[in-house]
Amino acid sequence: MQCPKCHAPMHTYNRNGIQIEQCDGCRGIFLDYGELEALTRLESQWSQPGPPSPAPQGYPAAPAPAWGAPQHGGHPGGGHYGGHHRHKSFGHMLFSS
Amino acid sequence: MTTETAPALTARLKAALHPGDGPCACVCGALADRPDATVVRHGATVAKAHAPDTDRHELAHRLTVAARLPGILLPPHTTAPARLDGRLVTHWPYGTPVDRDDPDAAPWEAAATLLAHLHRTPPPTGLPPMRGPAKAALAVARLRRTLTAHPSTEGRPVLAAWAALPPWARAEAPAPGTAFLCHGDLHLGQLVRHPAPGGPWHLIDVDDLGLGAPAWDLARPAAWYACGLLPPGEWLRFLTAYQAADGPAVPRGADPWPVLDVPARALTVQTAALALTKALTAGRPLDEVERAVVDACARMPGVPAQLARDFLK
Repeated sequence: MQCPKCHAPMHTYNRNGIQIEQCDGCRGIFLDYGELEALTRLESQWSQPGPPSPAPQGYPAAPAPAWGAPQHGGHPGGGHYGGHHRHKSFGHMLFSS
Repeated sequence: MTTETAPALTARLKAALHPGDGPCACVCGALADRPDATVVRHGATVAKAHAPDTDRHELAHRLTVAARLPGILLPPHTTAPARLDGRLVTHWPYGTPVDRDDPDAAPWEAAATLLAHLHRTPPPTGLPPMRGPAKAALAVARLRRTLTAHPSTEGRPVLAAWAALPPWARAEAPAPGTAFLCHGDLHLGQLVRHPAPGGPWHLIDVDDLGLGAPAWDLARPAAWYACGLLPPGEWLRFLTAYQAADGPAVPRGADPWPVLDVPARALTVQTAALALTKALTAGRPLDEVERAVVDACARMPGVPAQLARDFLK
């Protein structure tokens, strides 16, 4: 099978009993009808309720709009702000209209 | 509109502010030299030449508000603007600004508390609208003009995000709900310590002050936070201090985003429009921070605007 995006060959892998085609070029994944649902089911069985995960250090949880940067709710340090090394351009933005 | 170059105006403003012809022994110099405003300092006094299209009556009204709220806004020396070669000029005490080289020391709590106090002040009658939405509209109009001279596909998501905003956020209708006294252009350059150097923080720049939706004044930090530029800790310090000071813009103890969503979108679009205009004019690509703001505009059409529900009513 050929990747619909970059046209490199795709290879079939088995993940938890589900056949997945992955592209050798762009690493994109192709799922057949129903496979996504099957994976979601497996995932929900896998994630047993455990102790609540502590907030990442220094980054308290705060709601953000859905159009916001994808870093929200993700890994700490994933945003443009990185500790004390604030981007020079953002430093300028803080002081202008 | 006056076409006088900023350096010429700066020189004349300096000359008008400084006594005598000889070299000045005081601490002085130009604090800002932009097409819309020129600010020079002579010792303990600062003179500001306002934008060429500034309305004298409206400016006088805004100066009166500043003079009446000395614990919140920096009080002007006089409430009647002077004239210098067709430009309105106002005089102020010098205040110590936020250190631009140390934004981590930004007084987020003070800024939020001052805004809460401003918003809680009963607005005087006859005050013009807060100019935040009008300024955003000007930035978008400038981007449109720039795009005709420097065509670019980068402008599309910014203009599309602008088009999707409700009319009040584009300065095409009055803001919904109760009108509050608002600053209209909050950023870290709008805070000074008075008396210098160690006095309490005050808000400066009344050019955009007026009646409007108070969430607009919180929306620039909100937009920076939403775009992934301002760390959550700093955003929460600002928001929590505003709520602790009983600021009326957002509900206490509830999600503030139904109220902040529209103004934060508008200010993100304004920032993106200004950044893109600058980059296109200079013939350079967007930097990482500018890219984050333009990318946020591109994500907006997929997300319906949050409803302010009953809070604004």
